Amino acid sequence: MELLSLGDTGWGDEMLRACMMTLAVSLCAMVFGLILAIPFVLMKLSNSWVLKFIANFFTTVVRGIPELLIIYLFFFGSSAAIMFVASIFGHNGYIEINAFFIGAFCVGIICAAYSTEVLRGAVKAIPKGQIEASHSYGIKGRRMLFGIMIPQTLRIALPGIGNIWQLVLKDTALISVTGLVEIMRQTHIASGSTREPFLFLVTAGILYLLLTTFSNKFFMIAENKYSKGFI
Amino acid sequence: MNFNLIYESFLDILKGLGASLEIIILSLFLGLLLSVGIVMMRLTKNIILNSFSRSFVFVIRGTPLLVQIYFIYYGLAQFTAIRESFIWIVLKEPFWCGVLALTINTSAYTSEIIRSGLNSIIKGQAESAVAFGMNKFQAFKRILLPQAIRQSIPAYSNEIILMIKASSLVSVITIMEMTGIARKIISKTFAPIEVFIAAGIIYLALNYLVTVIFKKIEKKYTISY
Repeated sequence: MELLSLGDTGWGDEMLRACMMTLAVSLCAMVFGLILAIPFVLMKLSNSWVLKFIANFFTTVVRGIPELLIIYLFFFGSSAAIMFVASIFGHNGYIEINAFFIGAFCVGIICAAYSTEVLRGAVKAIPKGQIEASHSYGIKGRRMLFGIMIPQTLRIALPGIGNIWQLVLKDTALISVTGLVEIMRQTHIASGSTREPFLFLVTAGILYLLLTTFSNKFFMIAENKYSKGFI
Repeated sequence: MNFNLIYESFLDILKGLGASLEIIILSLFLGLLLSVGIVMMRLTKNIILNSFSRSFVFVIRGTPLLVQIYFIYYGLAQFTAIRESFIWIVLKEPFWCGVLALTINTSAYTSEIIRSGLNSIIKGQAESAVAFGMNKFQAFKRILLPQAIRQSIPAYSNEIILMIKASSLVSVITIMEMTGIARKIISKTFAPIEVFIAAGIIYLALNYLVTVIFKKIEKKYTISY
């Protein structure tokens, strides 16, 4: 137990810091993923088959390929790409990109693919009559988008977004392979140096459970708040 | 883009297909069996069994698969009692550790799928089956289970695809399945894009196959009322 104490002797504070790191990466990935999803949703809803094809290709590929492979692609691929650019400018040698950035980017891409599907479904769930009604009231363009479409899309998509958040939290465990010190990586380091993998893996499991349970509660409250008058 | 390299790594990664499929099929099969047990425990009125099943599903669904794999591979091996017991025959092999972790993981998700399938059946059906003179077990076997399976088919095909993706994680405990081989080629050639394309094609093909097969099965078992 004293292995988990705070301060210099134990690993408690390191684990907590790693937990914050997981939370930070997940939040960045989620925000990035949701923003990235918007153009893909618009492409899926457009009438052009080229745009539809591109968006479908993106979501199918990212959702069909193991997350670990996607992380390998960007982790190894990005430093190779940057080293190539640097070599043009005469800089030879190994360049490593910030692991936090790459991690948030990879998980963000995965999140974007799933969010695209959720948001598209939510947009489609808004009855067409509402658009017609708002047109007949003279509400068009940006006012219709921000006043009618987006608020409802978010309300309908909220449970789906909650699921994606859980997925994002768990997917960040995979970016420990890039060396970012989040919960999984810290667990590996701590169990390696203390030879107590059981203790630290249980701790890691509990930290993840706390994160998922609390965010679940949060989404439940949000859902109840925003679905008032609908159920 | 080096097409030759894509082709070569495609052939190399294909050698891991057998190992991947073995792990996926074994753990799906064992997971399905385990999940039926978990659902039955969840449906009993026995508080101990019921809360065990609840907390099992809660813990497995709330933690990343990577934690579960490491827990079985590194965590359990820490204790000499386990290393000296008969379980060690299974746990000393990375392959069986991977299968065990995936089995436990999929059983939790599958049990929720089956449970929601059962919940979707109108309660009156079970009651009328009993009124027709069936006992509870017969009603479960003849009336509830077949309908629950039919309800669960679409969600279960999703779970299979998730398992195909999840099987890539066992490469972190030294199993040389497709992702493990891909990783090895990447670190040898420093050509992540080519290797990604080669591995991606195989995974996408597998998932596509599952989707097509399950569309057929769904069509066969959905009856129009």
